[in-house]
Amino acid sequence: MVSRRRALTLAGAGIAGIAGTAAAARHLTTDDAPDPVTGAVAFTGAHQAGIVTAAQDRLHFVAFDVVTKDRDRLVKVLKEWTAAAARMTAGQDAGEIGAVAGIPEAPPDDTGEAIGLPPSALTITAGFGPTLFRAADGQDRFGLAARMPEALAPLPAFTGDTLDAALSGGDIAIQACANDPQVAVHAIRNLARIGMGVVSVRWSQLGFGRTASTSTGQATPRNLFGFKDGTRNLKAEEPDLLREHLWVQPGDGPDWMTGGSYLVTRKIRMLIETWDRSPLAEQEAIMGRLKGSGAPLGRTGEFDEPDFQAVGADGEPVIPDIAHVRLAHPDTNNGARMLRRGYNFVDGSDGLGRLDAGLFFIAYQRDPRKAFIPVQRSLAGRDELNEYIRHVSSGLFACPPGVTGSGDHWGSALFA
Amino acid sequence: MRSPYRLITLVTVGSLAACGSGGPDAAPPAGGPIAVAASDSSCEVAKTSVDAGTSVFAITNKGQKVTEFYVYAPGDRVMAEVENIAPGLSRNLHVELPAGTYETACKPGMIGKGIRGPLTVSGSAAPLTDDAALLAATESYSRYVKSQTAALEEKTAEFVATVKAGDVAKAKALFPTTRTYWERIEPVAEIFGDLDPRIDGREEVTEEGLVFGGFHRIEKDLWVDGSAAKSGPVADQLLADVKEIVQKANAEKLSPLQLANGAKALLDEVASGKITGEEDRYSHTDLWDFNANIDGSKAAIAALRPVLEERAPELVKTLDTEFANVDATLAKHRAGDGWKLHNELSQADLKELTDAINALAEPISQVAAVVAKKA
Repeated sequence: MVSRRRALTLAGAGIAGIAGTAAAARHLTTDDAPDPVTGAVAFTGAHQAGIVTAAQDRLHFVAFDVVTKDRDRLVKVLKEWTAAAARMTAGQDAGEIGAVAGIPEAPPDDTGEAIGLPPSALTITAGFGPTLFRAADGQDRFGLAARMPEALAPLPAFTGDTLDAALSGGDIAIQACANDPQVAVHAIRNLARIGMGVVSVRWSQLGFGRTASTSTGQATPRNLFGFKDGTRNLKAEEPDLLREHLWVQPGDGPDWMTGGSYLVTRKIRMLIETWDRSPLAEQEAIMGRLKGSGAPLGRTGEFDEPDFQAVGADGEPVIPDIAHVRLAHPDTNNGARMLRRGYNFVDGSDGLGRLDAGLFFIAYQRDPRKAFIPVQRSLAGRDELNEYIRHVSSGLFACPPGVTGSGDHWGSALFA
Repeated sequence: MRSPYRLITLVTVGSLAACGSGGPDAAPPAGGPIAVAASDSSCEVAKTSVDAGTSVFAITNKGQKVTEFYVYAPGDRVMAEVENIAPGLSRNLHVELPAGTYETACKPGMIGKGIRGPLTVSGSAAPLTDDAALLAATESYSRYVKSQTAALEEKTAEFVATVKAGDVAKAKALFPTTRTYWERIEPVAEIFGDLDPRIDGREEVTEEGLVFGGFHRIEKDLWVDGSAAKSGPVADQLLADVKEIVQKANAEKLSPLQLANGAKALLDEVASGKITGEEDRYSHTDLWDFNANIDGSKAAIAALRPVLEERAPELVKTLDTEFANVDATLAKHRAGDGWKLHNELSQADLKELTDAINALAEPISQVAAVVAKKA
């Protein structure tokens, strides 16, 4: 068993802190690939890790309410979080002392459940919700209202939404992804602890299987309906498309968001039992793809372009008008593209014997007004899939650009 | 009723050997840890006499059963304990012991009196209390305990008399206010083994073979049955137990570290028992207890204040701010001279109280380390 500390030493990153992580970053061949020796993903960079990073297998996502009125205390926590995130993504303990190296009378500054575990490609990604800038009653809570991007305007209500307010929104979101669930949970647990008194957990979500690939090197995984999901995703290897659809560009809005990306989360409960009783042909017609190969109906390869004009022998479109692939396709939505990196979830059963399961949808984009909102409008009104899904939670967060080095912290430009 | 982890167990459970972390442990006292080889039928402690001050026991469970290790002062007063040592695992136990005679015990299977052995603590290794400010802190807290125990005994006598007179309405009114004196000093009461569960145990934690008694049994009689007709013997026993614990508590002097851990333990009580409504499930008078726990925590911190101001002035400021925040948050639920009932609070109210307790408990958990630091 390679200890967390030893794994780091191999990378030559030395002592705790962002400086150590930056050193590790230099060993990387590409920006977001895990270090081949340590399995650590670089924490610092132009963009936050955990967006185009090859989607890891596990998720722990949390949305916080800020409970202090004191802007300085909030900034202090953002700094402490950044330092802890830098350490944890490098495979180190959350605190400078560590889980077992402190004096016996003090509670450890790391909770300890990741002792001995490698970095596991952990990424920790932070974003700011609309309510951080302006409360529901319009109050400018931290003097940030003038810096709120227009793109961060709260999402509109969509047809069929059954959102639970207690599971939605939040002032700050943190996404922890890793290939080991214990590492992801350890990250969120320690950040929540550091934030106590300043932030309070509003809701959180565990995800156990990625439902998208964010790199051409990854196979397309399946969602709990049994279909390949994210075939048409934006990929790390497509820099021009990422610039156009994913990263906020200079002039898009306030400068502090340049290089960042907007995150939309939707917890989508799947009505598993009724779906499982529906015929294969119906399932494929609803999706517009073959269940086995993932090919668009009428084609043979997963990555073949769907032919929306094709008409079958019965005179009906091969891909039905209300098929999910048609309604969600960029051609139907003015070329809208997003980078999706959602996760399957099963939160046990619902008391009626049904799986409380579905998809925790995560999408990053340059501007939700040109991406998630039009696509979801298209889907919400007509998608046959709506018979089998319920959107129960929704979140929108502005994820600032990456942390550049040891003097920098999450939101430094926003709070400057 | 408190968690099984008694606050006086100045315990640091060391790293699990199975994880092989090999990290530096806390600085051990001279001579290194005292090895304890525990099996299902033996308890071999490498030393039977140690110097006064902090001792570290390294317990290895070589048996097949889960075991526990205790250090008892005369009268089976728990000085420190480590629980739940699974077969094959090792744990460390740190304990501060003044000169005197003690017993060690392994409890394979976690039952019974355990396998006992003598332990003599001699010499005069400087305990923390040599520091004048720390000594003043313990004396100050002793005075607080005396004042609270006097009130506890008096109020309990009144409550018991009312119960025995069958005056249900008046007994119900006295129940939460009597408990206030108990809840303020519960960390002290907790030192004395069986007395705490006898006085304040909840029905589901009553050990097999014992009778569900104490405050919560009478609470159930008053609120669920609406009658105190059968409560007389329970009430008599409660008063006898309270008198006993008051006597013991007044003879006790807590160490500075016990004060620090007590301040935190009281907040843990709030977080795990009061906010959930578990403590006073029949009467729903949990907020009286909540407030009393906060009072007690404040008193312990107050006693330590001169030390803390000297050693960690920033921490004192944070504690002041967060105590004030808890008070203000709780004050929203005032009702007359008392408090709203737990079942009158909304989920949002409980969340807000939880946030306030978390905000206070994190910095309070740092106090013990500040106190332990040699001046």
